[in-house]
Amino acid sequence: MYRENSAKRVSGKIGKIFPLAFMYLFLTLLLLICVLPFLLVLINSTHTSIDIVTRLNLTFGTALSENYEKMQSSVNIWQGFGNSLMISVPFTALTGYFSALTAYGFSKYRFKGNKVLFWVVLFSMMLPSQLSIIGFYQLNLKLSLLNSFLPFILPGMANATAVFFLKGMIEQSIPDSLIEAGRIEGSSEIHIFNRLILPCIMPGVATMCIFNFVSSWNNYLGPLVIMTDNAKFPMPVMIAMIKGLYQTNYGALYLAIAISVVPIIIVYIFLSRYIISGLTLGAEK
Amino acid sequence: MNKNCYGEGRVLCLPFTVCFISWESAPMIQNRCAATRGTKAALPKIFARVSARSALLFQKGMGISMKKKAFHKQFYGYLFISPFFIIFLIFGLYPIVSTALLSMQKWDGMLPPDFNGIDNYARLITDTTFFRSVGNTIRIWLFNFIPQMAIALLLAALFTFNRVRGMILFRAAFYMPNLITAASVGLMFNLLFNGGKSAVNHLLLMTGIIDTPIYFFESPFFTSSLVSYIQWWMWFGYTTIIVMTGMASIDTQVYEAAMVDGASKRKTFFAITLPLIRPTLIYMTITSIIGGMQIFDVPATLTNGTGEPQKSILTTAMYIYIQAFRSHNLGYASAVSMGLFLMIALLSMVSFRLLRRKEEG
Repeated sequence: MYRENSAKRVSGKIGKIFPLAFMYLFLTLLLLICVLPFLLVLINSTHTSIDIVTRLNLTFGTALSENYEKMQSSVNIWQGFGNSLMISVPFTALTGYFSALTAYGFSKYRFKGNKVLFWVVLFSMMLPSQLSIIGFYQLNLKLSLLNSFLPFILPGMANATAVFFLKGMIEQSIPDSLIEAGRIEGSSEIHIFNRLILPCIMPGVATMCIFNFVSSWNNYLGPLVIMTDNAKFPMPVMIAMIKGLYQTNYGALYLAIAISVVPIIIVYIFLSRYIISGLTLGAEK
Repeated sequence: MNKNCYGEGRVLCLPFTVCFISWESAPMIQNRCAATRGTKAALPKIFARVSARSALLFQKGMGISMKKKAFHKQFYGYLFISPFFIIFLIFGLYPIVSTALLSMQKWDGMLPPDFNGIDNYARLITDTTFFRSVGNTIRIWLFNFIPQMAIALLLAALFTFNRVRGMILFRAAFYMPNLITAASVGLMFNLLFNGGKSAVNHLLLMTGIIDTPIYFFESPFFTSSLVSYIQWWMWFGYTTIIVMTGMASIDTQVYEAAMVDGASKRKTFFAITLPLIRPTLIYMTITSIIGGMQIFDVPATLTNGTGEPQKSILTTAMYIYIQAFRSHNLGYASAVSMGLFLMIALLSMVSFRLLRRKEEG
């Protein structure tokens, strides 16, 4: 990281106080912009609808349980929550395991077409996904997978980005001798992968898993097209639907949004270090 | 990008950056990996056993075992990559091919599709709503991308060249909106702005900025700007982090040389930093185009889902959805998809050329 030398810093100290204050003011303003909407949602979710429309609430209210009952009376938000988990957890697990397996196959086995097939993987990263949504719908109609979680779980096995990332990692950090050692020990090939390779690249797999869990959790258009049964809706589709259901029942609406947003924020608070370093890996050389 | 889960385009792009950054930091990973798992310590032991057994193998005859090994290597290589390709063919490639085929058919989603040649495309090039949606999409993207880049460059420079207290906290907070479900964000901003008695109106009235409440969602200009703002809000933190990694990879000696030459801070930034992070900027621009042209979640949940008021936030992806699943013109919607695909390819190419040409000049 580049810093000025100390002599320059001392000489320019007085002239710097104003820009410095300005800088922190600017950063704090941006911080407020990022946090305030969530804070308003949290606060409003504890107020009655009348409170919400008559004034701006800046402190927490007492109508949380009332809002909760109203919210649960017309739709069971936890069902959406559960559905999202039922999709995102297996999706993430499949992504982690099969991306590592594919990357291992590409990097440690010499077979005909290795390079060409890897180009296919790279090419598959370039295709814009939302544009084939109609073909995706037709496919699931043909396979009678409408209203099923499978169309959102199985694609985890073909995650080109994760394969690309993990292939680089395996090539750099797994010596061939480790695999040879395993072979001579008499382990089967799949056993070598499960017991030797996978634990070694776990940090990279975990990074991939975090991002893929989030992208799966936030997926809106896919389920919107495939799901028609309310009981199968994952969180984003349910949230988008409830606006019509609750009408002017703002307290319940705000609470529903809060429930959809808070778990992600809590997870982020605990994992933000890993998430950001996942993004900036290599920047702290 | 993860092709198959149809999420917000750029969320899925983000691990891509992780990959090419991590390329360089692999030794670091290796160390961490060895440290956590103790493989380094365990290696000599394994090697000792290995050498004893490999001596045995030599006696058994190299020729046969080598042939067997080669076959093994081929077989297991194919075996390990086959799940990826089976699923990719079904959930990745097939939908694209079938969308392309459906774009030349008439299909309502129930009766068998009917081949109708280029009818859909003939309709597409005279469809004013389509061109309007393309215009909306590009406008929303531009008004989000330009401020996003400007702020990201500014913040990245601040964080890289200054000692900012609480940098980790600021950076983490700026990135947070990116992880939140876009559908929830759309509804959240709808609630905060909708109607005369919304939270934002209360805030503006209380601080005396306005006298009478504003009905934000009656103004096409405001609604479109709000979508751009939300996109900016969701993405500037991510862009900042990526630009920062680009800046951090610049050799500090270059800066020292500039300082010795007496270059000012501003000049150093424009003459050294910017040109050196051009690859990062190109990457950001292209992924942003690919994601931004497919924008759906926020504009679809911000108002009533049809791009009101006055179709000002009807994006092309929304138009595809409405044509396909509200009006049941799945064939025509496929043609619109192909049109959008062409546009994304074109815009990416143009911006790539533009950004590269600057480098040559």
